[in-house]
Amino acid sequence: MELFIRQLINGLNTGSIYALVAIGYTMVYGIIKLINFAHGEIMMFGAYFAFLFAFSLSFQLPFILVIVLSMFFAALLGILIERVAYKKLRKAPRISALITAIGMSLFLQHLAQLIFGATPYVMKQLVDTTPVTIFNFDISRLTLLTIGLSIFFMILLSLFVYKTKPGKAMRAVSQDKEAAVLMGINVDNIISLTFAIGSALGALGGIFYAMTYSQIYPTMGVLPGLKAFIAAVFGGIGSIGGAMIGGYLIGIIETMTKAYISSKWVDVIVFGLLIVILLFKPSGILGKNRKEKV
Amino acid sequence: MKKLLLMMSVLLLSVTLTACGSNDDTVRLGVIGPLTGQYSMYGLAVENGAKLAAKEINAAGGVLDKDIEIIAYDSKGDSTEGVNAYNRLRDQDEIHALIGGTFSSVTLAVKDLAVQDNVPILTPTATNDTVTLDAPNVFRACYSDSYQGSTAAIFANDDLGVTNAAVMYNRDDAYSQGLAQAFMNEFDDRSLSYTAFEFGAQDDDYSALLTNIKDGGYDAVFLPAYVAEVGAILTQADTLGLDVPFIGGDGWDGIEADYADVADGFYFANHYSKTDETANVQDFVTNYTEEYGESPNALAALAYDAVYAMVEAIGDADSLDADDLIAALSALSYEDAVTGAITFDENGDPIKSITIIQVVDGVHEVFAKVEAEDE
Repeated sequence: MELFIRQLINGLNTGSIYALVAIGYTMVYGIIKLINFAHGEIMMFGAYFAFLFAFSLSFQLPFILVIVLSMFFAALLGILIERVAYKKLRKAPRISALITAIGMSLFLQHLAQLIFGATPYVMKQLVDTTPVTIFNFDISRLTLLTIGLSIFFMILLSLFVYKTKPGKAMRAVSQDKEAAVLMGINVDNIISLTFAIGSALGALGGIFYAMTYSQIYPTMGVLPGLKAFIAAVFGGIGSIGGAMIGGYLIGIIETMTKAYISSKWVDVIVFGLLIVILLFKPSGILGKNRKEKV
Repeated sequence: MKKLLLMMSVLLLSVTLTACGSNDDTVRLGVIGPLTGQYSMYGLAVENGAKLAAKEINAAGGVLDKDIEIIAYDSKGDSTEGVNAYNRLRDQDEIHALIGGTFSSVTLAVKDLAVQDNVPILTPTATNDTVTLDAPNVFRACYSDSYQGSTAAIFANDDLGVTNAAVMYNRDDAYSQGLAQAFMNEFDDRSLSYTAFEFGAQDDDYSALLTNIKDGGYDAVFLPAYVAEVGAILTQADTLGLDVPFIGGDGWDGIEADYADVADGFYFANHYSKTDETANVQDFVTNYTEEYGESPNALAALAYDAVYAMVEAIGDADSLDADDLIAALSALSYEDAVTGAITFDENGDPIKSITIIQVVDGVHEVFAKVEAEDE
């Protein structure tokens, strides 16, 4: 039982990262119906930003500032990507935008390889990592921080989306873009804002990913990006709460598979799950069934 | 106009590419290794070690009145890329012998072709047991996986008193599997207990495995893997508070560069130690550091030895003919090697000693030295 709880904590750690990244997928999909496959690369760039802010300045920035600055620059990157690559394609067939997103993903991977090289950067620990004991369980401080900060930002996001004016505008745009324009909402700004928030949270996920697994490399966003995408679909793409639940579930399922079956089966089970969901409940756990007009 | 310009430059490029073919004034040795990507530290070390040896030999007059030329191609650690590199070395550069591949998996992929083409191979670092089997033209400068794995097991049991070990290995990698298997065989022979934990090459998250290992209460963890994985695993073991010694193989070489704090106090088997006082070792370390601005790892030392051994064999054979060279390699006895004198057994494996190193405050310390014995 003790072992089970420890594994559950490991799962929550991985799940927090997936949840943070999944939110970006789901928000962008919710607002412009685009699967932004370049999101995993934003996560990767976020990790590189954190590395640069933490280790290449002549003075030591406090950890929280490293996080905030990296999230800020990742948000700018997200806005830039949307303006350059996706904006012109808003009226184009969905498939064009999707292909562009895949192209953007590959472009960013290779851009990172050009700038930073293919050799992984080793992320030295930015915070004290000695485990703390809570109810007889040794829990890594990093795990506590990952889970804690993730939940904090998710609560912040929910408050923003459901309690503020820009949040309301965001929900309006996702429901009906034309009607939103008629209500005097600046749709372009709202879309930029969505990309910014999604990218910032993705970068946070990337930073935790790099800190937990100690390495940063140009393709590091690919697999967690895919898993987070699955998490978003699992929870119901377009639903923020769904992305969080999906992220945690995928993280826990993955860890439990590794702990009790074999790491060989992880991808089979996770990707198999995606197929099963798409077959039986295409809209995901919290997704609404919308009838498509033909 | 722009199109024309582009076409012309492409044409020009292809002409220059084919133009740099072979000439007969040099002895051409090919090197294949991962020069980019997450394993690039290994390939670059091999390339640097080989080039340093070539430079020294050329300065001393070369061999058979010819200069040595090292031609290194990138395998990215991938077998297909390795075969492409081999084909280029054979067809375009017309190499006389191959120093490589760096990885066992790549060398195994190249081996079948090389046996057909009868190209002499002296791999500095491919440790997998099968690399030299059924291939009279394939030799290696390092000891094999099974020798290394069983030595690690003997060391764990005799020196550290380990009776219950966790064996954590990468199932996608022949090197990692080979060492783990040999370690477990030795533990079986000694009727000791162990549990195997496997992970995949794509894994980043090892916390589930490490938590199970922590729960199992083992005396030590045997982790035969490369630095990139070892570093990630040790970092996570550290944050999880896993407090048992780790033992590794030669893939750990270089761990102190980025992971000195999490690897502190742990042991690994290696080909040589930088801190060895012998004159030729210290000369090599000094020259290498002067040339490249970093201290050489074991792979660089092995590549350096491999080039010297190959050149010695070319001198003995007094010919660049493949058959003569292979015969000379079989009979070779090269005493001055940095990683211990090289003579080959009937398979083409060297008979040499193994060094157990402990990482202490970011420095390699020789913990034990296991001499070669006839198996």
